[in-house]
Amino acid sequence: MSTARSMDDVRNAAMRELSARAVNGSEPSATGGTGEEASVSDRLAVSGAPGGPMAAGESGGSSESLAQIGGVLFNRQVSTRYWHLAVSAPAAAAACAPGQFFYLRCGDDGEPLLRRPMSVYQMHRGRGELHFLYAVKGAGTTRLAQLRTGDSLDMVGPLGHGFTLDPDWRGVLLVARGVGLATLGPVAAAANRMGIRVTAVLSAQTARDVLSESYMRSCGARTLVVTDDTGTSGVPAMRELVAGILASEPIDALFTCGSQRLTALLQEMAAERGLPGQAALEEPMGCGLGVCYCCVRPFAREEGIEHLRVCRDGPVFPLAEVIMR
Amino acid sequence: MDMRVAVGGLMLQNPVMPASGTFGEEMAQVIDLNALGALVTKSVTPLPRTGNRSPRVAETMAGMLNSVGIQGKGINAFVRDTVPFYRGFQSPLVVSVSADTADEFADLASSATVPGVAALEVNISCPNLEDDGRSYAMDPLQTRRVLEKVRSATHLPLWAKLTPNTGALTEVAQAAEAAGADALVVANTILAMAIDVETRKPKIGNVMGGLSGPAIKPIIVRMVYQTARAVRIPIIGCGGVASGNDALEYLLAGASAVQVGTYNFVQPTAMSTIIAEIEAYAVRHGVSRIADLIGAAQQR
Ligand SMILES: Cc1cc2nc3c(=O)[nH]c(=O)nc-3n(C[C@H](O)[C@H](O)[C@H](O)COP(=O)(O)OP(=O)(O)OC[C@H]3O[C@@H](n4cnc5c(N)ncnc54)[C@H](O)[C@@H]3O)c2cc1C
Ligand SMILES: Cc1cc2nc3c(=O)[nH]c(=O)nc-3n(C[C@H](O)[C@H](O)[C@H](O)COP(=O)(O)O)c2cc1C
Ligand code: FES
Repeated sequence: MSTARSMDDVRNAAMRELSARAVNGSEPSATGGTGEEASVSDRLAVSGAPGGPMAAGESGGSSESLAQIGGVLFNRQVSTRYWHLAVSAPAAAAACAPGQFFYLRCGDDGEPLLRRPMSVYQMHRGRGELHFLYAVKGAGTTRLAQLRTGDSLDMVGPLGHGFTLDPDWRGVLLVARGVGLATLGPVAAAANRMGIRVTAVLSAQTARDVLSESYMRSCGARTLVVTDDTGTSGVPAMRELVAGILASEPIDALFTCGSQRLTALLQEMAAERGLPGQAALEEPMGCGLGVCYCCVRPFAREEGIEHLRVCRDGPVFPLAEVIMR
Repeated sequence: MDMRVAVGGLMLQNPVMPASGTFGEEMAQVIDLNALGALVTKSVTPLPRTGNRSPRVAETMAGMLNSVGIQGKGINAFVRDTVPFYRGFQSPLVVSVSADTADEFADLASSATVPGVAALEVNISCPNLEDDGRSYAMDPLQTRRVLEKVRSATHLPLWAKLTPNTGALTEVAQAAEAAGADALVVANTILAMAIDVETRKPKIGNVMGGLSGPAIKPIIVRMVYQTARAVRIPIIGCGGVASGNDALEYLLAGASAVQVGTYNFVQPTAMSTIIAEIEAYAVRHGVSRIADLIGAAQQR
């Protein structure tokens, strides 16, 4: 016997809550990624109050609704370090918003034991596809790279709170490095669908590692690539580049992910100009669901320092609240 | 198939429940809470705590180290927000409590004695500020002292959670029984450490942490076996349970129930699977009451 409410009930409740907020005007910004089919569940994913206690009903959801099996469509090496993985997972693709992540099992024989968090790089709701772009680092990602077409991928998600886009914004600047090259992909797509202009600065060791450039361009973004081997990616050079963009384009918000240095730089530049910003963070995780408090970092909030869970209260946080290590 | 087991003042519908700190409200999104033997909350402390510095977790071979440091909002917020959430579920709610001194433990136990709470799990494996930070459960006298105070502060069944980091395990278990504990949870994490050879620094911010997961199971099974011989109260086995067979190993060693911790992170639906696997085993072996398996591997 289950008292867990059906997913439909939860979605309807979320829908009611959302329309109530829209009417009140208390939530001026729309969530991104809703362009194509504006599914209710992706709003559900971003509708919970970060860090707040859940009401009994709110947590409902049919049992095992977040535990999913994806069918691997392809898993290709796209540069020396990066792989592009596509899975068929229609429910997850429909439910997920930019900036959210999935917690992936990287081997079913117990090694490695823990799952690995990966943010969504592309989602194609019509085709029921989710894509990941990942760097092979250690045991987990090495196992991930062994997946073949037709294999199944054990995923928990979509998890966390994603990015927020305001339909009134004219343009946004994305600054990505490392993991951010994947994480900011769906932001470009969502902004484009909302009619917001996107300029993306993509940073990597070499130009070959900037795999999301063509995807971002196909989403209508203007892209600028900076690399270590051309000496264009250092902080002073980046400061100049970003200052130039902010001076010459109508940019209403900054988004960043993947580099501490760049997050610090953007935090400073956004504060100087009074611009809002959002950063997606990484932190080692236990549960990924919000129960264990393994992924907690301190954040500077109005009320003082707060210790928040990257997996549940984030991974996307207001840029101004991030405290650098 | 009768899956019921009696554990420290409660009759559980089956012997599988989560371990403290690895379970919370959010789990209701992945698993049917009404299918579990009990619901065990993360340890609650008298006052809000911010926890330890990050990183708080590091993976090791077949296990993980954690040093969360019991971050939480404190007992008042817990009673106000968390207890009502679980009233919506029928599985008994077991509240884990943790404090710095014996008197604080007693006050906390009394504050946690509210409608909707079925039992208290006393986390005496946490550091004792009155004994130089050693945990209560490292020492029989300290164990007896703190549990006697808690016993007089509440009428709820008390489960004492022991630490594996002691050379006096059976003496501590007997002290807990003598002080009035209704059951023992064996055990908390094993104090451990891991170092990143590239950075030459400890892998977790707090330097040392607690080892959990499949790696510790053989050690804790042994401890359950020894404890079961030393006391008459029921034992809950906790350490590395990942499958129905792991749970059965604990029952056969002498545990009346098991707690699943780290494996909830690996497979959030694991507890449902484990319950199904225990049932399948019983059917396969013609066992009509799961309780008949308790201690079956004990050499007498
Ligand atoms: C929300 C989130 C989204 C992410 N999205 C992407 C993505 O889209 N593409 C991508 O390439 N990488 C992404 N990462 C980083 C990715 O999770 C790590 O690179 C991966 O866990 C490394 O695992 P490994 O076994 O190969 O490496 P190892 O270094 O052997 O991992 C050892 C342990 O450390 C943890 N760990 C290592 N690096 C990180 C990290 N950066 N963040 C959190 N935990 C880490 C692992 O999970 C594992 O438990 C993301 C991380 C987070 C937190
Ligand atoms: C992240 C994490 C947090 C924990 N927090 C607590 C806690 O608050 N109180 C407690 O008594 N035990 C806590 N534990 C210990 C577990 O309850 C359990 O005793 C231990 O993890 C061994 O079981 P396992 O191998 O199944 O994980 C925690 C364990 C982990 C991994
Ligand atoms: S990983 Fe468990 S709370 Fe974030």
